[in-house]
Amino acid sequence: MSWAWRVARALLGSQYALMLEYRAEIALWALSGVLPLIMLGVWSGSGAGVAAGLTPQQISHYFLAAFVVRQFTVVWLIHVFEEDALQGRLSPLLLQPLAPLWRYLAAHFSEQATRVPFVLLMLVVVGLAAPGVLWWPSPAELLLGLLAIQAAFLLRFVLQVIVTTLCFWSERAAALDRLLLIPYLFLSGLVAPLDTFPPAVRRLALATPFPWMVDFPARLLAGEPVNVALGFGAIAAWCLLLWPISRVLWRAGLRRYSAMGA
Amino acid sequence: MKRYWRSLRCFWGTSLAAELEYPLNAAIEFVSVLGNLAGSLFVLQLLFAGGPSLGGWSWSGALVVLGLYTLLDGFTTCVLQPNLSRIVSHVQTGTLDYVLLKPIDSQFWLSARTVSPWGLPAVAAGLGLIGWALAQGGPEAAAGLRSLGAVLLPLALLLAALAILYSLWFVLAALSIWFVKVWNATEVLRYTLVAGRYPVSAYPPALRLLFTFVLPVAFLTTVPAEALLGRGSALWAIGSLLVAALCLAGSRLLWRFAQRSYTSASS
Repeated sequence: MSWAWRVARALLGSQYALMLEYRAEIALWALSGVLPLIMLGVWSGSGAGVAAGLTPQQISHYFLAAFVVRQFTVVWLIHVFEEDALQGRLSPLLLQPLAPLWRYLAAHFSEQATRVPFVLLMLVVVGLAAPGVLWWPSPAELLLGLLAIQAAFLLRFVLQVIVTTLCFWSERAAALDRLLLIPYLFLSGLVAPLDTFPPAVRRLALATPFPWMVDFPARLLAGEPVNVALGFGAIAAWCLLLWPISRVLWRAGLRRYSAMGA
Repeated sequence: MKRYWRSLRCFWGTSLAAELEYPLNAAIEFVSVLGNLAGSLFVLQLLFAGGPSLGGWSWSGALVVLGLYTLLDGFTTCVLQPNLSRIVSHVQTGTLDYVLLKPIDSQFWLSARTVSPWGLPAVAAGLGLIGWALAQGGPEAAAGLRSLGAVLLPLALLLAALAILYSLWFVLAALSIWFVKVWNATEVLRYTLVAGRYPVSAYPPALRLLFTFVLPVAFLTTVPAEALLGRGSALWAIGSLLVAALCLAGSRLLWRFAQRSYTSASS
């Protein structure tokens, strides 16, 4: 136990120092997550939200919450891993008495921590540009929302591990991630609240893992009525379903790995 | 001039041959374009659920805007992304030295060295969507295309949009001469330009100003779409051509200035 604690502290500390070194780059990545804010602009200008029974305030809360959720659930594992596998940097990692995925997971957590000031800054700018649009969630909502963001992040991470293992078979597996991004973009609630979907499409979306990645945490943060137990249960169920698949693929891929550059 | 044509043929021939080594990419790109288009149409339909117009634009008008956005996105994937995202690594590793020493204009080399065929599905989809929207909108939607001059105007504005888009990309990529680590600055641009999927009048006034004067998204899709629909105003057309000329000249000047500040890697 104390070993795990020591490793976690060393990993997180070193990765956080690394991320701080590249803070300008991370600021730019944070800036590239403006899509929910652009969609907020379009939705508040159209009557579609009101027609679906949402007040303008609900819409602005929803998209601002979705913006925060998106900022802290970004997963870029596949792009780093593809490069590491192609350049042979994965080989020394495999020799260490620690599964390489933990290192990548720690890097993601550190990147999230580095993002915090930039996201706050962007929210302040939004608040100055449109006074009264920001709000303060109740402590319970905030706590549950943050938990839901981390749960959604883990679900996205596990899902991407599955695609990432394809790097062992293909040199350009990152292109496959672009395909996975499409249902994530349109079914997760990132560009349109799920309440505005036609009922059939909504049912279809809820049967996929995607709405739990944005819609559920965003609605929690925005103070919408939401079934908390169902949300966390769905995320846990998807994780439990996807995790064994990723383990099997990882083992099979590792056997194929020929240590390029060795 | 002839030398440039010959070089361009050589550049693009070799890079096409290299890209075609990955046939699976064609399938992925095709599916991705179709999926993105279906998703965008779905969201646009949701936005139209509240009324017959979006910021004063009819359904077929908004489709023309979306088609132009898809077209420009394909152009980005074909030419801008593969070339200009490489400037950063040239600066980082110092291989920009070799580029500057070549007996050919360095901006031309950096902007046209490779081409990727994977943007072509998006270009085709964009053209198809524009044609479909104009046909669907009935005779008055295609009013802009009745005379020769009215066909040339949208074409000129589209060329202006391409020039503006190119200049934005080039300027951001050239900034790496000073701030080496900006390889994702062009990604920021790509994600912000998503705003061009919708007519600029669909946004609140503050964002409208931002998308016209700071980040000229309005000139990329809205202005050419208005000309296609026969609603183009002289003021916006002249403004668009002027902005394009300014952007191109700006990118040229910036590159000249950047070369003077370039000190090569490890020196």
